[in-house]
Amino acid sequence: MHLNTHTLRLETTAEDHHIARMAAVALGLTILESAIPSPLPGVKPGLANIVTLIVLARYGWRMAVWVSLLRVVAGSLLFGNFLTPGFFLSLSGAVLSLIVLAFAQKLPARWFGPVSHSIYAAFAHIAGQMLVVYLWLIPHAGIAYLIPIFATAALVFGTVNGLIAARFMDNAQNHPLPLEGEGWGEGEIFPPPLP
Amino acid sequence: MYATALQHIKPGDWLTLLLGSMCVAALTLKLWGGDLADKAIIRSGGKIFLEVPLSPDQRIEVPGPLGISIINIKQRKARITSDPSPRQYCVRQGWLQQAGEIALCLPNQVSIELTGSRKRYDSLNY
Repeated sequence: MHLNTHTLRLETTAEDHHIARMAAVALGLTILESAIPSPLPGVKPGLANIVTLIVLARYGWRMAVWVSLLRVVAGSLLFGNFLTPGFFLSLSGAVLSLIVLAFAQKLPARWFGPVSHSIYAAFAHIAGQMLVVYLWLIPHAGIAYLIPIFATAALVFGTVNGLIAARFMDNAQNHPLPLEGEGWGEGEIFPPPLP
Repeated sequence: MYATALQHIKPGDWLTLLLGSMCVAALTLKLWGGDLADKAIIRSGGKIFLEVPLSPDQRIEVPGPLGISIINIKQRKARITSDPSPRQYCVRQGWLQQAGEIALCLPNQVSIELTGSRKRYDSLNY
């Protein structure tokens, strides 16, 4: 019997590797977050968005889209809810956040930082989710009663995530930590700048 | 710790925070302010026939001296769908959703009143 050993090689760029790394970090945060109990389904800190914010600030919107959507799809595969309502909720939230971030990013950087980006994205996130809930899952006006809870959560978690992202980038800039492991490179600043 | 957190908030971020807080406050007042009704009191012949929450959609038949009036509850709104009274005022009133709104069918003596978390009037006189 002839055994055919074919090696299929996909050409990947350094940018692809960066995207994959960032998406992996975001995925880790998503899994970490799923261990935190929530009083109401849907009220979650959204820690993975910290990664999206950092990627947005460092590498721009296009890469943030990649990281965010990869995180949603890969996360749903990990949790086993790909193409279920839960998946579409994450997707609609992520897509609307990204659209809003595309505009928020244009705000003058002197006045608006990651905290603003994060708050706008958080509101867009719940808006996207409520839209899917209302148009598809629960077409009943009664869900309006939950909006104040979600809006409050968005404001609080949006601010906190924005602060974490801002602080993280500040740290990486002022006190570069040499990180071990080949992928990150010796003495490289996290996140590594694109070549 | 707080000081380091605060230095990451730029002037525009404060503006965003303020705007966000105002949005949340406005939404809460609008949606939880008690102006939207959450219960319907159905009366027949002056006596309370039924008190129902507006959350589940349903159809209620209320008997009166002339016949049966049909009340529909849908999407947190209520209306009288059909009534044997000649002038049909209560049917034409359409959907009720604010607390304090009343539809009264005469002479079938059937009425529906919506109430919220607080009552706006103790009584109404005509």
